[in-house]
Amino acid sequence: MHAFINFIMGPLVWISFLIFFIGVVFRLYNMFRLVNKTEKFIYSYISFKYGLRSILAWLTPFLPVSTRKRPFFWGVSYIFHVLLFLLPIFLLSHVTLLEESMHWSWITLSDSTADILTIFVILALVFFAIRRVLVPEVKFLTRMSDFVFILIVALPFITGFLAYHQLFAYKYILIAHVLTGELMLILIPFTRFFHMFLAPFTRAYMGSEFGGVRHAKDW
Amino acid sequence: MQDTINKDPETIAKEIVDEGIEKGLARLTPEKISQTINQVLNNETGARFKAYVETCMRCGLCSDACSIFLSNDRKPQYSPAAKVKQTIYEMIKQKGNVSKDFLRDAVRISHTECNVCKRCAMYCPFGIDIAYMMLTVRRICHKLEITPLYIQDTVNSHSATMNQMWVKEDEWIDTLQWQEEDAREEFEDLRIPLDKDGADIMYSIIAPEPKFQAGLIYQTAVIMHAAGQNWTMPSTPGWDNSNMAMFTGDYEISGRIAQAHYDTAAKLHVKKIVMGECGHAFRSVYDVGNRWVGWSMPPFELIHAIDFFHDLLKSGKIKVKEKYKKTVTLHDPCNVSRGRGLHNKAREMVNMLCESFIEMTPNKEHNYCCGAGGGVINCGPPWKGTRMTNNKEKAEQLKRTEAEVLIAPCHNCHSGLEDIVDHYKLDMELKFFGDIIFEVMEKTIFQKGDA
Repeated sequence: MHAFINFIMGPLVWISFLIFFIGVVFRLYNMFRLVNKTEKFIYSYISFKYGLRSILAWLTPFLPVSTRKRPFFWGVSYIFHVLLFLLPIFLLSHVTLLEESMHWSWITLSDSTADILTIFVILALVFFAIRRVLVPEVKFLTRMSDFVFILIVALPFITGFLAYHQLFAYKYILIAHVLTGELMLILIPFTRFFHMFLAPFTRAYMGSEFGGVRHAKDW
Repeated sequence: MQDTINKDPETIAKEIVDEGIEKGLARLTPEKISQTINQVLNNETGARFKAYVETCMRCGLCSDACSIFLSNDRKPQYSPAAKVKQTIYEMIKQKGNVSKDFLRDAVRISHTECNVCKRCAMYCPFGIDIAYMMLTVRRICHKLEITPLYIQDTVNSHSATMNQMWVKEDEWIDTLQWQEEDAREEFEDLRIPLDKDGADIMYSIIAPEPKFQAGLIYQTAVIMHAAGQNWTMPSTPGWDNSNMAMFTGDYEISGRIAQAHYDTAAKLHVKKIVMGECGHAFRSVYDVGNRWVGWSMPPFELIHAIDFFHDLLKSGKIKVKEKYKKTVTLHDPCNVSRGRGLHNKAREMVNMLCESFIEMTPNKEHNYCCGAGGGVINCGPPWKGTRMTNNKEKAEQLKRTEAEVLIAPCHNCHSGLEDIVDHYKLDMELKFFGDIIFEVMEKTIFQKGDA
């Protein structure tokens, strides 16, 4: 058991991050290779100025019209995505581990703040799941895998929350937390989680077409 | 016909029999179907298509964009992502092994339930180009030869005559000379110069003008003459700037049409091309047809009528005698607003020409499509009824303005909006900018040195 825990909190962390990085690089490399093979015209139109303009416009809360048509969803989704990164990176427990292993450290959230934010993330995911059942135009588009992926994101947060509060069987919850976190990392390059890397490109391209060719705003 | 009264719109749409589709489907075999679909998906799409398919998170934000979704009481199957789901995703999942019934629905969805207006691309957080996905479905339908009858006929005309309406070469010249003759009754020295080498401007129009709306040629000739413009029109094929092939996925013909248009201008050594009030024509010459034949931007300076007229008015080359009195509202055609950013100039022009301007909402880049564009009205009579159903939201938008006159600077929009005004019994008159300018302008010739 000890060996197992040491493995998943040691080498497996490295392996997961390695798979994540190599996977991301591999997928992006393939994307560019495909662009060079059949769609080189993209380079004629892609514009740093207009691409960035579009990305920034869509990162501004409630600036684009469509976000104001569904303000609750957009607000929850926006905060959710921020916390998705904020929590794991600035969590005291995580930074402590990082300090012990790599001697890296930075500012951290207070535990009570992290607690509340974690509950928000879990509730946001519940909201996303319910929305996929109750909102007709979203239900029509939803596949079983959409629920599976919501669960995959939720598990690290649920198990993290339970582990911190040492509810239930702490050791097993902790193991589950580590494994589900690593699972998420590994899955990012190979599933729809990859939208985190694709979205800036598709957004920048549409921004370039709209800004540079069409002389219009795309938000 | 009595049956349709009790049927819901989806059933009515599904039961429409389009000869072009049916005859095409009858010729297909399962091998041809899967071969063609896979050829297009594997060899004609690239990283962009792949990214769009993989990035969509099924969030549903695109639904609010689509006026067809809104017109159909927000029924899920009409949202942009749903249209992709019912066509592209299924084709990918089945590896191209889809049934004829499926294909019939795919044609209906891509050709008549989407105007490729790109409003959805402005609503999607990732900027996914759903219009491009629908055009890819149309490309597949074209290669399967199941394009709707009426629009296929216009493409056949394009390929045989280089114009959309089977206008013969002598008919074209005759029409221009007839309009010139009529206009000389107002202005003695007016000419519609044919093939004038080295003119500043080549003016091009869409084929329906000589066919049904020759008066518009007359009006533009008067405006050009009054503004002292050094212009010409070509006497040869390549005068029609419209491009229905762009909408059926017949990119080869679409490219030939664009090339013919540039070649005609090049032959005449003109400095720029001014295009009449049409949206899709502008699109095809500005950023679709040119790309197929290898120009990233068109090889000529391309000026839409809105831009051109705006300049004539601003510079005083055309003066307003008395502002237009009726209350007007402005429809921003998608190809000219979110397609070319001319919505602000259009508004400036309305304010220069008219006394009372009532904005419709939403407007500018966010205006609803007229419902006719993207080749939808061109699918003809079999599909008119469902088009009217799909334009309910547009009708309500128009009604809210309570304006007497609706300015629509695009031919397709004009026709589609006329259908809407008629079907929904709105009390509105349709006008082009050319119509209004012609009505309120000083009919004097501009002299250099005039303020």
